[in-house]
Amino acid sequence: MRRLWIGLTYIVFALLLGAPVVRIAAGAWEDGWSGFANGVTRPEALHALMMTGIIVVIVTVVNTLFGVMLALYLVRANWLGPQLKRILNSVVDLPFAVSPVIGGLMIVLLVGPDTALGSLLSGAGIDIVYALPGMVIATLFVTFPLVIREVMPVLQEIGSSQEEAAHMLGAYPWTTFWRVTWPSIRWSVVYGVVLTVARTLGEFGAVLVVSGNILFKTQTATTLVYQDVENFNLTAANSVALVLAACSVALLLFMEWAKSRRES
Amino acid sequence: MTNMLQSRWWSWGFRSTVMLYFVILIVLPILGIYGQSLSDGWPKFVSNLTEPLAWKAVMLTVKLALIATVINVLIGTMAGWVLIRYRFPGRQLLNSLVDLPFALPTAVVGLMIMLLLGPRSEVGQWADSLGFAILFHEPAIVIAMIFVTFPFVIRAVQPLLEEMDASEEEAAYTMGASKAKTFFRVILPAMMPGILSGAMLAFSRALAEFGAVVLVAGNIPGRTLVASVYIFGQIESDNPAGAAAVSVLLLTLSFVILWLVSYVQARRTGR
Repeated sequence: MRRLWIGLTYIVFALLLGAPVVRIAAGAWEDGWSGFANGVTRPEALHALMMTGIIVVIVTVVNTLFGVMLALYLVRANWLGPQLKRILNSVVDLPFAVSPVIGGLMIVLLVGPDTALGSLLSGAGIDIVYALPGMVIATLFVTFPLVIREVMPVLQEIGSSQEEAAHMLGAYPWTTFWRVTWPSIRWSVVYGVVLTVARTLGEFGAVLVVSGNILFKTQTATTLVYQDVENFNLTAANSVALVLAACSVALLLFMEWAKSRRES
Repeated sequence: MTNMLQSRWWSWGFRSTVMLYFVILIVLPILGIYGQSLSDGWPKFVSNLTEPLAWKAVMLTVKLALIATVINVLIGTMAGWVLIRYRFPGRQLLNSLVDLPFALPTAVVGLMIMLLLGPRSEVGQWADSLGFAILFHEPAIVIAMIFVTFPFVIRAVQPLLEEMDASEEEAAYTMGASKAKTFFRVILPAMMPGILSGAMLAFSRALAEFGAVVLVAGNIPGRTLVASVYIFGQIESDNPAGAAAVSVLLLTLSFVILWLVSYVQARRTGR
């Protein structure tokens, strides 16, 4: 009985998770090393990877800062009533329930070229939709809950007594944060950052809608894969996809390492 | 005194910045899409929804997401059980692999499934010789949905199994219950809240999935066009009102599911 269940689990994992990953690795090498190298070092691929890199850096920094602060407020702040806190707390999860395409659509509807706000901004020379700012906003929206959801449970668990003690002993809020709160939430912030980076690297639907997928301008790595597939350029699509998949697997391994380190 | 005043100014500044960011980034867009879909009045909203292709896309999505969820409940419960209860070589590796679908970009997932099931691959040829097609048909969409929602049920079931009290199970054995009976009468009810909330999260994710599905679905209107791809098509063909109407329907469905999940969890922990 036991053998049967373990065997079945192995089969499910091999078929569902193993086979696709092996297939994509093999696909990228179909034309040998040069095929893979060509796929990745094409100018459009380099530009797309650079765009993805820029978005990852901006989104991770902004969402980590705001995520940690919002988590602190939602757990600790007395100036928010408990009722309001509960409402805000459930609003935080909403981006998880929103399809990425819909997330992109929201931004197009709010600040797109046809809207009042959008035309005002483009009159001032700021393009949001079909440009980098829109893509960043869309990704910020999609990755918003990740850091907060990692940090909040830890804050609730450690309680506020140590912080209060630091405050009583005359520490400034800033010192209290760095010397008392930060050491205990450090690892959960790291998890949140890893999840945010992984999600941002892979974000596709929202970015596709907002960016317009313009070659050499707003194309990211994932939308390049999509376009390559549409153009039946499968080897090239495979190469870029393999780079993205390798990044995700590396992040996953890092996460496992971080978890085992915290436990020990 | 000046020091205190300064720090108060600072904290006010921080608070309003963070709250403003929250409201502008999350609340405003969601209200905006509800507003936009109803901006041309209620009848227009209804006619956008009852458009045959739109309605078919929504129904197809719900149907396929349900199938994917049921399959995921079965294999997820099994995998969660095996990974917690049994010790075997490679267990740690499999346990870390569970999160892979969350880490992989969805467009990459779509490409993987497309290559694996395509007409040139072994699976594709085998299915072809049996007389049915996988890629660009409903089975491929279901497989894509199963892949992206794979971790939900497992991750929801595992903590419940871990904290389960072994004595109940032992009591059932001692009193002469068979293994199957113990499982269905003692263990399964204890796992049920996890299975339920995992299934609901998986269902809502499957409803919303775009990247993995758009590459493998073929997107034939009325037959393999799912709701998220329909929305994308409406945006591309410059019909934001039609896109917004279907979006609002999907969003409302997802919000209800999210609320149900938190209700189930609150009931479990709140007692």
